[in-house]
Amino acid sequence: MAQASAPMAAATPAHGLGRDLAGLALILAAGLAGYWLFPDNLSFLTRLISIALLVLSLDLIVGYCGIASLGQAALYGAGAYAAGIACLNGVTEPFLLVLIGAGAGAVTGLLAGAIMLRAHGLPQLVLSIAIVQLLHEAANKAAWLTGGSDGLAGMAPAPLFGLFAFDLWGRAAYLFGLGLLVVVFVALKLLVRSPFGMVCRGLKEDPLRVSALGISAFPVLLRMFVISGAVAGMGGALGAISTQVVGLDSVSFELSANALVMLVLGGLGNLYGALIGTVVFMAVEHVVAAIDPFHWMTLVGALLVAIVLFAPRGLSGTLDEAARILTRRPRRAGP
Amino acid sequence: MQTALSIALDAFAYGMALFIICIGLSLTMGLMRLVNLAHGAFAMIGGYIASYAARDLGLGYGFGIALAVAGTVLIAVPLERLLFRRIYDRSELSQVLMTIGITFCVIGITNYFFGPTLKTIPLPADLARPIDLGFRSIAGHRLFVIASGLAVAGGLWFLIERTGFGIKLRAAVENAPMSRALGVRTELIYAASFALAVALAAFGGAVGAEFLPIEPYYALRYMVTFLVVVSVGGAGSIPGALAACLLLGAIDVTGRYLMPDFGNFFFYLAVILVVCAFPRGLMGRAR
Repeated sequence: MAQASAPMAAATPAHGLGRDLAGLALILAAGLAGYWLFPDNLSFLTRLISIALLVLSLDLIVGYCGIASLGQAALYGAGAYAAGIACLNGVTEPFLLVLIGAGAGAVTGLLAGAIMLRAHGLPQLVLSIAIVQLLHEAANKAAWLTGGSDGLAGMAPAPLFGLFAFDLWGRAAYLFGLGLLVVVFVALKLLVRSPFGMVCRGLKEDPLRVSALGISAFPVLLRMFVISGAVAGMGGALGAISTQVVGLDSVSFELSANALVMLVLGGLGNLYGALIGTVVFMAVEHVVAAIDPFHWMTLVGALLVAIVLFAPRGLSGTLDEAARILTRRPRRAGP
Repeated sequence: MQTALSIALDAFAYGMALFIICIGLSLTMGLMRLVNLAHGAFAMIGGYIASYAARDLGLGYGFGIALAVAGTVLIAVPLERLLFRRIYDRSELSQVLMTIGITFCVIGITNYFFGPTLKTIPLPADLARPIDLGFRSIAGHRLFVIASGLAVAGGLWFLIERTGFGIKLRAAVENAPMSRALGVRTELIYAASFALAVALAAFGGAVGAEFLPIEPYYALRYMVTFLVVVSVGGAGSIPGALAACLLLGAIDVTGRYLMPDFGNFFFYLAVILVVCAFPRGLMGRAR
């Protein structure tokens, strides 16, 4: 992917404030359109937002730092379980629960990062898998705390602002999730454009040159792991609040692998790509997997092969390219 | 003492079954620098073919395994030409993604044709009955797996270290343009070693079906195990893979015997410890 990210990095400073606001408005418009168009599927859409936060957090590590991870659900699950356990023990304020999830995710991110950064390449990938599997088995074993294979159930978060209850329709949960997503997205947009974000990108492109500039890689990457953990933890907490159930599947290899597939489908190193990938993947899964799960697997598999062969920059990269070709053509034709 | 002995024998046989499958992956990863997560999918295809031949067609165990190896290689060679050849020099992430994609496709397609049930490979009478070793009796099948594992290890070592093909393969891995300039047809070498790795996967899938049962999600369920074992052993090293298979097999079997409700907890704990202590694997080569 090295050849693909070079022009993207060069294009970033040219992004204006107007373009950011337009992107944000588009996210809000799509979110609200979902609210009006699919009033019966709001719980699915809330789950989509929760997973989108997971994929965004994965993008920070894979897309911006170049660290391949197949264990991101460890951070997501930590947030989900922390929020669920807190909620069952009397902390019901939703904002506080999201903060607790973020904190648990950040701590897990710190530990996972400290372990994963010891290795490079394939062993690093294997470490990420081992971490998520280890947490999965631990959550399964510690049934007194996590409910084991039955999961946690019976959470009752307090109404939002004391007014809007998290009811069966899921309106409050969805709008809460949408608000959370927008806030996190703006924060991440600022983060990846900050000097810190640029250092991370530099470490991905050319670690040797960055270290020659006197920057030590480990603390920078570890900080990104903590931030990524906080974002993933928020996603987990949102999932726990909206479904009021936390199961073992929230800390599984399958979820981690799916998150990576969504990210690559949308486009690495691009926050919009993470969102596009999540929406497309989960929407198609929602429709096709309902018909036959094995058809769904064949379809995802074929899609992955096609992306690697024909669109290595994902959907967002391909859209970018198409837009560039379309906007340049009239200029070339003109005088 | 009796328990310890039977655990040790079980662990040894299980480790050997793992080894037969994983050594092919270790070769593709260490020598060809291809992270092939679809390796388990080829083992699964082998198991399905063996089960179909031995159980549904009644062709016998040995013939079923031979058919499994031949059939899987026949399926894999066109895939190598069309898909794998394009990602040999791409990034690890691209390789991981494409081979996960192929794994998903294989799972979907096999289940479309064979249905979502557990496939068994009936053992011949000679292998099904226990054999007396003097101090202990062991199921014939386990002995067969152990012998096959040792044969595979010895044969591969001979092939890579002592034959003309092995020299050409090592040359192509070390410096492909230079080998091509010297007249080595690297594409043929790569295709041949890929076919060899797939054949080993199919053989291991069929022979090891007693330990790793052939079921619809086989390719996905054991994908992680195979990848972990190869990474712990150090990609490309035959003794490393053997050591990793025996070590992790022993930990896995012992954990399941003594503390069954912990599942794979100790397996993955050991993996984290080993990879942290030996980031290149037990016997990996410095890059």
